[in-house]
Amino acid sequence: MQEEEVFVTGNEAVARAVKLAKPNVIAAYPITPQTEIVEVLARYVESGELKSEYIHVESEHSAMAACIGAASMGARVFTATSSHGFLYMCEMIFWASIARLPIVMANVNRALGPGWNIWADLKDAMSHRDAGWIQFYTASVQEAYDTTLMAFRIAEDQRVMLPTMVNLEGFVLSHVMQPLRLVDEAEYDRFLPPVRIPHALNFERPHTLGTLISPEHNYLVQYDNNRCMRAADDVIAEVEREFERMSGRRYGAVMKYRCDDAETLVIAMGTLAKEAEVACDSLREKGEKIGVLRLRQLRPFPKAFLEEVKRLTAERFIIIDRAYSSGYGGILAEEVKAKLYDLGLKKEVKSIIAGLGGQDVPHEALEKMFMDKRGGEVWFGV
Amino acid sequence: MVEVLGKEEHEGMEAVGGEGKVVKWLAEIPADEYVLKGNSACAGCTAMIALRYALKASRATGRKTLLLVGACCMVVCEGVYPNTAYNVPTLDTAFACTASMASGVEAALKSFGRRDVNVIAFAGDGGTVDIGIQALSGAVERGHNFLYVCYDNEAYCNTGMQRSGATPPCARTTTTPGGKREKKKDVPRIMAAHGIPYVATACPSYPIDLYEKFKRAFSIEGPKYIHILTPCPVSWRFPTSKGVEMGKLAVRTGMWTLYEVEHGVFRLSPPSRRVVLRGDVVPVEKYLRAQGRFNGITDEEVERIQKMVYQELEWFKEAAARRKLW
Repeated sequence: MQEEEVFVTGNEAVARAVKLAKPNVIAAYPITPQTEIVEVLARYVESGELKSEYIHVESEHSAMAACIGAASMGARVFTATSSHGFLYMCEMIFWASIARLPIVMANVNRALGPGWNIWADLKDAMSHRDAGWIQFYTASVQEAYDTTLMAFRIAEDQRVMLPTMVNLEGFVLSHVMQPLRLVDEAEYDRFLPPVRIPHALNFERPHTLGTLISPEHNYLVQYDNNRCMRAADDVIAEVEREFERMSGRRYGAVMKYRCDDAETLVIAMGTLAKEAEVACDSLREKGEKIGVLRLRQLRPFPKAFLEEVKRLTAERFIIIDRAYSSGYGGILAEEVKAKLYDLGLKKEVKSIIAGLGGQDVPHEALEKMFMDKRGGEVWFGV
Repeated sequence: MVEVLGKEEHEGMEAVGGEGKVVKWLAEIPADEYVLKGNSACAGCTAMIALRYALKASRATGRKTLLLVGACCMVVCEGVYPNTAYNVPTLDTAFACTASMASGVEAALKSFGRRDVNVIAFAGDGGTVDIGIQALSGAVERGHNFLYVCYDNEAYCNTGMQRSGATPPCARTTTTPGGKREKKKDVPRIMAAHGIPYVATACPSYPIDLYEKFKRAFSIEGPKYIHILTPCPVSWRFPTSKGVEMGKLAVRTGMWTLYEVEHGVFRLSPPSRRVVLRGDVVPVEKYLRAQGRFNGITDEEVERIQKMVYQELEWFKEAAARRKLW
């Protein structure tokens, strides 16, 4: 009988989820703050608890390349990285999605150098929102675990066949211990069917993956990628419903917190959204009608977000970004503003840039910023 | 110029244990073709000969072949989607990662319990000695069971002949218009220094030697490395009919030495024995003057290269005596 609840870090939670998924191949390179994931997995493999081929690659570029090689043979694969490692594999990140390979990767979000900083920052992943990967941003140890479990099923769905990234912020999530309810292995085996990659290489009918492709075909490959990314939105919702039946835990592309009667709507991702929920509770006690809409899924940009925004009556939007596009704006803020335009909605929008490079963002400070009625862009601490 | 393919090539070649006898004539090499007609190789491409024999030799082992091709001429030679000229499952890789993608392929096959596949990673000199050397070093250090083949046309020939780490001194490339100043990077020796079970150098001008080296490589478990000098008529600027002769000249002048290092034991290959051991060396000038890439080379530069070659040959002679490369 396996234990049902444990007390572990975000990193260990991800490793435990990967263990349940039993990938054929794990290729990974250590980097703070991801290290514990690859250490725990290496331990599982060495003790025989997990029967994966573990490739101790010499770089992240090779990590993703090895994942691509293995997935091209039809294998289930996993890797994990962070920050500079993520950027070092950049070429291969794009390669994986264009090749339509269902690789699952955990990315422990961390700031970029120079000026070595190992703390939380979403710029690594958010700057790659156009890389063709499904992107999830998690906010608790449980969610990092559950999302990793779902990621394999989503990525490998025949309607999707796209690489999937589970983001968890460095230290504030990767190294924080929280209670974790485990999923039963036998039940998960039923939830996750064996991987089948239709275009994998085989010896019966030899084909070539990655030949030269002319302008008359290349755009079709890109169109196809987008079509499947759009289809993934519904598949994700379907998988989340099925996961709820198995685990009793409900997830959606957007997670609403006291939103229904809110006049002010805070939109954020990851742990900053959780911090905003605390601020929201406090402001509610003071009579403020405020709610938090947490975006769990940045790509595909969820239809559910648009539906919620259409339905909710809040007139004032506050968007928190832990990543910034220099010379443009908060990345999430700009994405939301563009979608509001699509919907023909004119809202009062305030963009808060906070938590970059692990900057501490206490809920009291958020409260103050939420109550400050000025619009436009605000950098916390500046 | 140089005598045609003759007896010298396989004289003294040893049979590979359990892998059948050494072929004596080209006609004994399997007729099956895995590089198909209609491929888009340039006329006179010698790298294509290397690939052709690699795939034939793999077939001769009775195992399946899984080919990886780095970003290089051999990708272009496949032709354009939806066609391919290679009749084995083939995975094209990005420039720096031929060896690391091969690691993934090999690990997947291991995970599936398949032991009946020869994994061959094929990449050019740029993809091997320059941008891909980290991935290659990592992959062989990890001990993956695969054969890495570097076909060396001594420049970035696919992009129009720019200097690579494998370009020889004084060669004019589009990025060294006055001739390269530095030496050629010696990756076979670097690979041998990794202590992997099999390292060899080869040249398609000696197809039986080449074929036997592939066979030998496939008979060995673990990482294998074969570095093949493949004269490129387009970039080296010589007539397309002279590729085989140019390779022979490279060997006869000592600009390229054929050898194997099997489980640490160094062995000169028959075509290079007379050059290294008997001092039967063709002057290097013959090789240099036959190629447009050395146009404008001075007598002093020829002399410098000749000296360098004699030093190399001396080094190989010592290696042959102690039966160790390092």
